[in-house]
Amino acid sequence: MNDVLDVALRLLALLLAFLVLPLVVGQTEHKVMAHMQGRLGPMYAGGFHGWAQLVADGVKFAQKEDVVPAGADRRIFQLAPAVALLPYLLVLVAIPIGPAEGAVGQVVDAGIFFVLAVMGVGVLGSLMAGWASANKFSLLGGLRTAAQLMAYELPMLLTAASVAMAAGTVSLPGILDAFEWWWVPWQIVGGVVFFTAGLAELQRPPFDAPIADSEIIFGAYTEYTGLRFALFLLAEYAGIVVLCGLTTILFLGGWHGPSADGLGWLWTLLKTAVLAFIVIWLRVSYPRLREDQLQRFAWTCLIPLSLAQIALTGVVKVVIS
Amino acid sequence: MSPAVHLAATGHGFLSPTGVEIAFLLVGIATFGAAIVTVTTKQLVHAALWLVVALGGLAVEYLLLTAEFIAWVQVLIYVGSVVVLLLFGLMLTKAPIGRSPDADSGNRPAALAVAVAAAGVLVWVVVDAFRTTWIELDKGVQGSTAVSGESLFRHWVLPFEALSVLLLAALVGAIVLSRKSGHDSGPGVGHESGPRAGHGKEMR
Repeated sequence: MNDVLDVALRLLALLLAFLVLPLVVGQTEHKVMAHMQGRLGPMYAGGFHGWAQLVADGVKFAQKEDVVPAGADRRIFQLAPAVALLPYLLVLVAIPIGPAEGAVGQVVDAGIFFVLAVMGVGVLGSLMAGWASANKFSLLGGLRTAAQLMAYELPMLLTAASVAMAAGTVSLPGILDAFEWWWVPWQIVGGVVFFTAGLAELQRPPFDAPIADSEIIFGAYTEYTGLRFALFLLAEYAGIVVLCGLTTILFLGGWHGPSADGLGWLWTLLKTAVLAFIVIWLRVSYPRLREDQLQRFAWTCLIPLSLAQIALTGVVKVVIS
Repeated sequence: MSPAVHLAATGHGFLSPTGVEIAFLLVGIATFGAAIVTVTTKQLVHAALWLVVALGGLAVEYLLLTAEFIAWVQVLIYVGSVVVLLLFGLMLTKAPIGRSPDADSGNRPAALAVAVAAAGVLVWVVVDAFRTTWIELDKGVQGSTAVSGESLFRHWVLPFEALSVLLLAALVGAIVLSRKSGHDSGPGVGHESGPRAGHGKEMR
């Protein structure tokens, strides 16, 4: 009985985090973008600085009619948002938040592989949406998504492999247990590459050519309305949370910090929040990359850098052992 | 091989299956069904998506055999990359929504014969090789990352290296082929005229 209760509590906590954190990131994005652009942002909903804006948005989305285009492939069109969103919920299971034994949903032996594999599945949702919408802009968006994923998956994997080499394990809690402060400068190049490639995989600006609203009208999501569109948006914010959490754990030491035993979870959340702020900052301050620039950046810049990082990791590892 | 994988299946019958065995069988049936639909469906993109289900089912089978590492690599490589590549190719060729009867080939009987022969050989080899081998699933994880890595780089290093050389050759071959076809239109510029105009889109 106790085990069942334990599992239920863990799942509940995960679900809560999954429902709350993306909304917090979304609201932060509203406010940070507004202040960076010299305006206030949403101020009305909920009273204090418009804190309930996203809740109001959710209500609005739920009220809208759920339209499926006549020419669309109905079942795949309707399934796509779930395929895009659910992987991020699954990924949260493996992310350790503190140093304690129970501070992770489930210890996954091959944690890095689990996380990257499941995150890759999420992109299938965009591809399904792009194809099933029967819309040329959606198809273009889907194509760009696929091309982008294929280019940026590799540097992400390589840099994650570099951390795994440094730690001598592929389990996420194991990597954190092995962490030393000097890993940050040692793995910094890999960290930047991982974070950048992750941004591209989430299709966040400046890598948002697949959804570019001003040229291909939100790409794969053009035909979506109401709740299903909201699910895609939620997937984007959940993706930000997952990417920032992963970067924190792999490259910034996760719960390590002063008095980590008691405040470990706070350090994880704090580092994740700082990274999420950077994600929003980049959206406001960088112009969108063109599709050929995107590809060139991945293949001629990120992949050589990640290979160099792996070489550096290997050399240092041999020298200190 | 790890110690818990031992020969002589004494005391193990097929008559009192455990929960894991039943789950394995059910997932296997589902995977097989998805694979059948993959090759029989008339809609190209649906076939690719059913392939996702079949490959995911295989990953679940690996998980049930406690080969966690292999399972996630299966998802990462096949579902995350190969199927995405497949869908990318299908979208480039404007796979229509609905049935595509022109995609039917006259080589069906030959394909069926090859498939049955390949399946027969594989089943025969696997059954013959592992006839009485038994994996104790209760005695801890058998296919953890450490175990897989050790057996891969201790016992199977030569095939591993041979395979990597093969993949490298394929990679070089692909680059050579793509360079040759891009030669007459000039480097880096796609065709912008004719029926292939759509293909130049992703290069601009």
